[in-house]
Amino acid sequence: MLLLALDTATPAVTVALLADGEVRARSCVLDARRHAELVTPGIRVVLATAGVRPTALDAVAVGLGPGPFTGLRVGIVTAAALADALGIPAYGECSLDLVADGTPGVTAVVTDARRREVYWACYDRGRRQDGPQVGRPAQVASTLRAAGVRRVVGAGAALYPAEFGDSLDADGPGCPAPERLWALVAERAAAGAPGDALRPLYLRRPDAAEPAAAKPVTPR
Amino acid sequence: MTAARSPGSVPLVLGIETSCDETGVGIVAGNRLLADAVASSVSEHARFGGVVPEVASRAHLEALVPTVHRALADAGVQARHLDAVAVTAGPGLPGALMVGVAAAKAYALGLGVPLYGVNHLAAHVAVDTVAHGALPAPCVALLVSGGHSSLLLIADVTADIRPLGATVDDAAGEAFDKVARLLGLPFPGGPYVDAAARDGAADAIAFPRGKADDGTSDFSFSGLKTAVARWVEARHRAGEPVPMADVAASFQEAVVDVLTRKCMDACRRTGVDDLLIGGGVAANSRLRALAEQRCAQAGIRLRVPRPGLCTDNGAMVAVLGALVVAAGRAPSAPDLGADSGLPVTVPVVGAVAGAVA
Repeated sequence: MLLLALDTATPAVTVALLADGEVRARSCVLDARRHAELVTPGIRVVLATAGVRPTALDAVAVGLGPGPFTGLRVGIVTAAALADALGIPAYGECSLDLVADGTPGVTAVVTDARRREVYWACYDRGRRQDGPQVGRPAQVASTLRAAGVRRVVGAGAALYPAEFGDSLDADGPGCPAPERLWALVAERAAAGAPGDALRPLYLRRPDAAEPAAAKPVTPR
Repeated sequence: MTAARSPGSVPLVLGIETSCDETGVGIVAGNRLLADAVASSVSEHARFGGVVPEVASRAHLEALVPTVHRALADAGVQARHLDAVAVTAGPGLPGALMVGVAAAKAYALGLGVPLYGVNHLAAHVAVDTVAHGALPAPCVALLVSGGHSSLLLIADVTADIRPLGATVDDAAGEAFDKVARLLGLPFPGGPYVDAAARDGAADAIAFPRGKADDGTSDFSFSGLKTAVARWVEARHRAGEPVPMADVAASFQEAVVDVLTRKCMDACRRTGVDDLLIGGGVAANSRLRALAEQRCAQAGIRLRVPRPGLCTDNGAMVAVLGALVVAAGRAPSAPDLGADSGLPVTVPVVGAVAGAVA
């Protein structure tokens, strides 16, 4: 089975092509401001490298965030549209799950949520126990300390050394690895399960306020 | 990768529009409109008194694939028969544009067809070809909406568009929204002001006509909006009722008077006898009536698409896409992105010069 996996929930625009769980090709470009430009060329490169035509794909999988909204939507709508064009299912999973590795013990994944906040989730041997959530770095760090989490990975943690410095595993994974989507969706894809609704994990409401009464323009 | 079309056949083009609050998907066969599916998020913006970009972007993501399905069903065609995909690459709200651009690129890849990133303003002009046939060359076009107010000289909508003038502050539709709010009317204000104005006198109040006689093709509606606000506030302070119909009619007259005058001036200055009006404000009944009257007096042929094709839609993008394909222009580069400030002089984005589709 051929699975195309991608994630755009972080500054990394990442794509991987997997054949029965083996990575046949992968692409990762770091550019927080060019997701819309880069993701489809990334898919083209990965397919060309592996010598696979789009019509040979069996399923598409995508990270649903949380992540900065504009880039996140680019990956999700790309997965949805590509799968629709090819008549194959698209599946979605939490992007933080693609950062978590299988290290024994409890690990927290922390990514940048901008506005001086971070997205986070806790894992035990790669299985999510808590999250995803969004919060201030100091609050998140103290929550993790209270929960006895001693290892933190992810690019968001590196941004706040004062809060996460003592528990940050700098050698741990930094950005989502789309090939991890295989383990999360392969069973459903093999069973021919229908695709997911692909709803982004925004975790925040749109930043909009209802207007107050109009200010008078006449000088008093 | 590009599917070959049988010679002489008209291109079957899918158009995607997400520059503001309408998720539009249209399908054309040449200049024949097969489908025009629109999902609007306008009701979600109403309580904010204007379009909230993040709300619009979220709605586009949810609506996109279902709207494509609806358009294909309406057209009675299968996706695999499409010859090209066109998408609005700009101008518009960046986050909203990106949903459409990313989707269009993925559809083009999946279907193995070329992709054309096109200009939203040029698409508003091009759509008239499905209503009234090929565009006269050259023609003058007035584009008026909530986000744009421009006068353009169009020699070839796929290649040669020259700006004659534009608003220096608010767009005409924006002025309608703001005055509607002053009068306690809902968002978007255009249709409500139009309806209220029918019972009022257009000459009841002499509101200012900004830049009307300055010899340029530029517009200004900010001063008008403030003048209406002052007039209404004076009534409130005096404890008098606000004659809503008269305010609406007099305000509307000031807007359409300037718009149509500038159109006549532009046609005279450029020596062009064909005028096209497009964009959401072109659905305004008084603008259509006054433009008809003044064009008839000046011997200018007027074209205005039906109201449903004036507001944002995917059909207009598909139409421009089909014209671009027919003209043999090169597809957009694979790294096409959204350009919120795309200049109107660029009808097709990122085409490699000299290349042929």
